[in-house]
Amino acid sequence: MASIDKNTYKEVSGNGGDYLSLIAWLGVFAVAGIGSAFYMETQGHVVTGMTNQIVWGMPHVFAVFLIIAASGALNVASMSSVFGKKIYKPLGRLSAIMALSLLAGGLLVLVLDLGRPDRLDVAMLKQNFKSIFAWNIYLYSGFFGVVIVYLWMMMERRFNKYSKIAGTFAFVWRLALTTGTGSIFGFLMARPGYDAAIMAPMFIAMSFAFGLAIKIIFVTSAYRATARPLGDKLLFQMRNLLGIFIAAALYFNIAQHLTNLYAPEHMGVEMFILLDGGIYTILFWVGQILLGTIVPMTLLFHPAINRSCQSINAASMLVIIGGIIQVYIIIVGGQAYPMDMFPGFEVTSTFFDGSIHSYTPSLPEIVLGLGGVATALLIMMLAVKYLPILPASLSDAAIGPANITTDEDA
Amino acid sequence: MNSNNLPPITEEKIDIERRRLLASGGAIAIASGIMLYGGGAGAREKGQPATSAQRWGMLIDTTADKSIWDTVVTACKREQGWGGGNNPATDPQWVRKVSIKNKSTGAEATLPVMCQHCANPPCVDVCPTGASMQRADGIVLVDKHICIGCRYCMMACPYSARSFVHEPVHNQKPHMPRGMGTVESCTMCVHRVDNNQQPACVEALEAKGSKAIIFGDLNDPDSEISRAVSAHVTRRIREDLGVEPGVHYKGI
Repeated sequence: MASIDKNTYKEVSGNGGDYLSLIAWLGVFAVAGIGSAFYMETQGHVVTGMTNQIVWGMPHVFAVFLIIAASGALNVASMSSVFGKKIYKPLGRLSAIMALSLLAGGLLVLVLDLGRPDRLDVAMLKQNFKSIFAWNIYLYSGFFGVVIVYLWMMMERRFNKYSKIAGTFAFVWRLALTTGTGSIFGFLMARPGYDAAIMAPMFIAMSFAFGLAIKIIFVTSAYRATARPLGDKLLFQMRNLLGIFIAAALYFNIAQHLTNLYAPEHMGVEMFILLDGGIYTILFWVGQILLGTIVPMTLLFHPAINRSCQSINAASMLVIIGGIIQVYIIIVGGQAYPMDMFPGFEVTSTFFDGSIHSYTPSLPEIVLGLGGVATALLIMMLAVKYLPILPASLSDAAIGPANITTDEDA
Repeated sequence: MNSNNLPPITEEKIDIERRRLLASGGAIAIASGIMLYGGGAGAREKGQPATSAQRWGMLIDTTADKSIWDTVVTACKREQGWGGGNNPATDPQWVRKVSIKNKSTGAEATLPVMCQHCANPPCVDVCPTGASMQRADGIVLVDKHICIGCRYCMMACPYSARSFVHEPVHNQKPHMPRGMGTVESCTMCVHRVDNNQQPACVEALEAKGSKAIIFGDLNDPDSEISRAVSAHVTRRIREDLGVEPGVHYKGI
């Protein structure tokens, strides 16, 4: 019933100076990230910008961004396997590899930021099943297993027929995973910036946009560097899809803020983010909304410029930057605004109760975060060298007619 | 630096006191000013697990002179071995003096805030390893041996009651292991409560003749705290969250 994948996949040669120097640089960043973590663990988190008020900082921004981007990166594979969009089929393998790499990078940062990363075995062996963090341990490790099986079904011709069922399972799993990540914040009842069920679907919409933006940049860069053909058909499909995903993420964001603005108890935190929160307000309007949403949507949809690869790449890069900023606003901004321990009262204490909490990211934190990004990219780069992941051609002819939808296509 | 001027209470002394206590069958005040809780709902044999027969709690009188709360903070530091750092943003604070002012009326109050030992503690719910835990008698603790330092409990606590140990710790107390990279908070002086003594802050206040904090068993209708919370309207911070704190406040 299901069709066999007829695309030709070919490892990249990876012998050129550019490839090797990129690998070397990524390796340097990855090692520096691990070195930073070691420094933080031996000196204590006092060497970071994190405090007892801003307890999660830059490492969490990178980790959460990478984790939600991981689930989003898988989406292009799902578009083919689950929703029968044949045009995306050639990128199925790469989607799975990117999902695995990004998740590995994100988890690396998350784990290395722990106060006691040496106790990771404790987290594996002793679990409190009421904790969304404990669920996430299963969701994340299960994701690796599910995606590896899915990848195997896609790569092994004999098993291509199972790729639809494996892909469907992976798609459901990734929705659960991102729900779990969003719920880390959604379940925090006492913090006015979080405590909302909308965090879960908003994270899913964000993941679609972040994952696809990273994929577009990786594909265009890889095909340019390897001189493999990349036709407009697939590129424009991804462009349109990215535009829709950005709009979806914006929709959830608007819904969240409008709902909060309606509730007087949330007015304080809303005003903080939207109006008078200093850096957070600037980051929101200039970073997330202008650079991360409006400019990329213009680049992707304006007919005068949206047919250029540069525009699409620039839009993708802005989505990534805007995405990191959005996650920063959620994580750091959400903590910077004080908890309302005594509603209706001004509160002061030696523990900074009632004050806007300040946070300055330190170099070790940023290097740790970049180390996670570098690790993710390193895994992707090595995968395309040693495994037949990238199609030999993504030309319009190789892709075939766009928008073919078939139930059979796996 | 830490002020460790008080002599440590030795196991031997505690055992002697406990025997005296058990013999008396009730709460007794000993010469040193330590109020021992025994008999009835309060007594528990050493080595026996905590049970839900007790629900330890505190009643804090916010109408007390605000300077008295410094005594609470100092006693806690001395007892548990925290404090003395130079980084206000990262130094642990197990208990802190919080000043509040009504935005519309201007009325002010000052009160100590520490772990509220919730019956439904969010910190326990979110902890991935179970290091954040609640004893059957309502005391909420961190098991430092399995805390991985993720700080999710700090994100979840409505009271900012928890601190992360950002730097190496020195001069630890034998009864209170602390460790860099783990989270800590008020233990309601569980080591003292288990020896039928009051928390150090309560004892320090009493030594100054203050009853600004009453500690006791909320499950025992005859306990001083139960009688007090039934006689006066008390409030618990952010009661609306439904976490059922064990710490009550009078006067706010």
